[in-house]
Amino acid sequence: MSNITLQGITKTFRDVTALSKVSFEVEDGEFFVLLGPTGAGKTTTLRIISGLERQDEGTVSFDGEDVSDLPPADRDVAFVFQQYSLYPTMSVYDNLAFPLRSPLRNMPEPEIKTRVENAAETLRIGHLLERKTAKLSGGEMQRVAIGRAIVRTPRIYVMDEPLSNLDAKLRESLRVDLQHLQKTQRSTTLFVTHDQIEALTMADRIGVLCQGEIVQIGTPEDIYDRPASTFVAELVGTPHINLVEARRDDGAIFIKDSQVRMSATNGGKLPPSFLLGVRPEDVQPSTSGEYSGKIALTEPLGAETIVHIRSGDQDFLSLIAGMTDLKLGDEVKFNIALDRLHFFDSKSGNRIS
Amino acid sequence: MASFEETGPRIPVVVSTRVDKIHPISRLSRTIRAIAVVVVALILLLPVVAMGITAFKSRNAVVSVPPSLIPVPNGDVLRVEANELKRDTGEISIARNFFAPTLEGFVFLLTERAQAGPARAAELRTQAQEGQLSIFDQIALDNGQEILGPSDYVARLRNSLIIAGISTIVSVVLGLFAAYAFSRFRIPGESDLLFFILSTRMLPPVVVTIPLFLMYRQLNLHDTHFGMILLYTVFNLSLSVWLLKGFIDEIPKEYEEAALVDGYSRLQAFVKVVLPQAVGGIAATTVFCLIFAWNEYAFALMLTSDTARTAPPSIATMLGRGGIEWSAIAAGSLGFLIPVVIVTFALRKYLLRGVTFGAIRK
Repeated sequence: MSNITLQGITKTFRDVTALSKVSFEVEDGEFFVLLGPTGAGKTTTLRIISGLERQDEGTVSFDGEDVSDLPPADRDVAFVFQQYSLYPTMSVYDNLAFPLRSPLRNMPEPEIKTRVENAAETLRIGHLLERKTAKLSGGEMQRVAIGRAIVRTPRIYVMDEPLSNLDAKLRESLRVDLQHLQKTQRSTTLFVTHDQIEALTMADRIGVLCQGEIVQIGTPEDIYDRPASTFVAELVGTPHINLVEARRDDGAIFIKDSQVRMSATNGGKLPPSFLLGVRPEDVQPSTSGEYSGKIALTEPLGAETIVHIRSGDQDFLSLIAGMTDLKLGDEVKFNIALDRLHFFDSKSGNRIS
Repeated sequence: MASFEETGPRIPVVVSTRVDKIHPISRLSRTIRAIAVVVVALILLLPVVAMGITAFKSRNAVVSVPPSLIPVPNGDVLRVEANELKRDTGEISIARNFFAPTLEGFVFLLTERAQAGPARAAELRTQAQEGQLSIFDQIALDNGQEILGPSDYVARLRNSLIIAGISTIVSVVLGLFAAYAFSRFRIPGESDLLFFILSTRMLPPVVVTIPLFLMYRQLNLHDTHFGMILLYTVFNLSLSVWLLKGFIDEIPKEYEEAALVDGYSRLQAFVKVVLPQAVGGIAATTVFCLIFAWNEYAFALMLTSDTARTAPPSIATMLGRGGIEWSAIAAGSLGFLIPVVIVTFALRKYLLRGVTFGAIRK
């Protein structure tokens, strides 16, 4: 397996800038997830790495070797497409064997057979080998697509939202499979998704893309606990982060349109007005709570419940464990974990640490 | 981990169970449509059937009134008797529609013959009694003629096969590459080029025959196979590029991209992934090109005289020679029809899909 280095990758389509000066590194054996909303340039990044698209500026290197001018075939990248792209005229077996039959590899047919059967067994699609691909269900198709990537030992894997066309249940099980596969093979994997849960659960590291620019790179903990901007803070976490306008007055923080007023530990560094972010799990109702509000809504999810607490004109989301007896309109007291507050510049949205 | 039992239906649902499709009114309308199709097919087949029957008639049977439609051995004699009966007694008999099937038309079509003088005819008749004459010589003799040698019809048909066949293959192959390039790559002035290609079809052939004739004479391409193949290829290219582009546009480019990252070159991906999916379009285009090149009349008449003359102008010129041999013309047309029918029949599986999907639909 190889490491990947992207340096200053810029790509424009006509007058739309898809990527602007994107640089990052994926370590050997790392599961790297590119996270971003639709149109952020995630797929373009993958296409440039695999050679299907040529960047306007910058270099792509594998193991320090510049591959920018190599055709896709010579880069030895295994690509799992969002739309599966199984060859419709071939059986599942032939689909899996297709990359191995490439004239570049010149592999004897018996070895191809062994490899295909091993891959099919790993993905539990052994019984489908004789099928035509059109007669497979979505989950089976995606397994075949993944199988087509793992039959050979490529330098790197790139996956373009491979799970997004599956239903929720199947997505979960394939997510586990993929992670298991990646960890046992120690394969360098670049995985693209717009689903923050996929990113947080699977990644060793996450790169967040926004409008063609990398806004933050870090471990899932970094991304969740220390978001670099309001964009990242809102992108990850369900329910989404409470983001409210606030102002500082000496050592105290006042939240706009509410009675919440707290003492700031690092108040000195803060500008007079800013954006305050509080994760829902850091807002907890408590009989001895410092702040008071009214229940505006409860959303029981089983293992946990989302409680909407209205304080003044501000709604705070609170995530509590288990079910709750709280009813609509109940007066409630709550606490905010002061050591887990996030401060952002109200204009740029960047984190103030 | 979920088991495969949860991953969806194993067997695709192919039979429609929609209520509106099995409703009596829907079924009735389907029957009516089927009947309408059969009626139209019969009307369209009528001339072909008439041609087939005519090819096997004798001279008298061809022009008999009412038309003789029923092949019966000895039918000519029966018909004459029935007609006399009608004239004498007014009694109408089915035998008026009889004719005796004969190969006369084919003999006239395939041979050069001369009128046999009385002495030569007598000599032939003796040979016939001794059983030395072939069935074809016998037929000619019955018409007072002697077979001198084969006619040029077979050579004309062979020319048609060579010219139409090769030009079809060349224009489909070239069209395939051009269509692929237009479909997949960003080409400067793409729409202008496509329009230019199409514009070669906009002039009626008659308008360009004179300049072409002069050019061909200058280039020594007149009456050559190569010249005709070149001409038909050029004419068919516009059709094949446009048709095939429509078909290739419908094949998602993701398949080739998958093949590219799987370790194949552009050309290998084209052959292994695109071609198998374009089979229907290629078949449809082949048939269209073949039919054009096979039926083409105006250019062939002007630009060929002997070596490269194709069947259409040569069948037409049979009308001029002496009396009109309807049965020979019908036999010639029948022979001319067979190759296209075979090709169309062989490709019919792809054709239905080919003409209902692809470029024509858009």
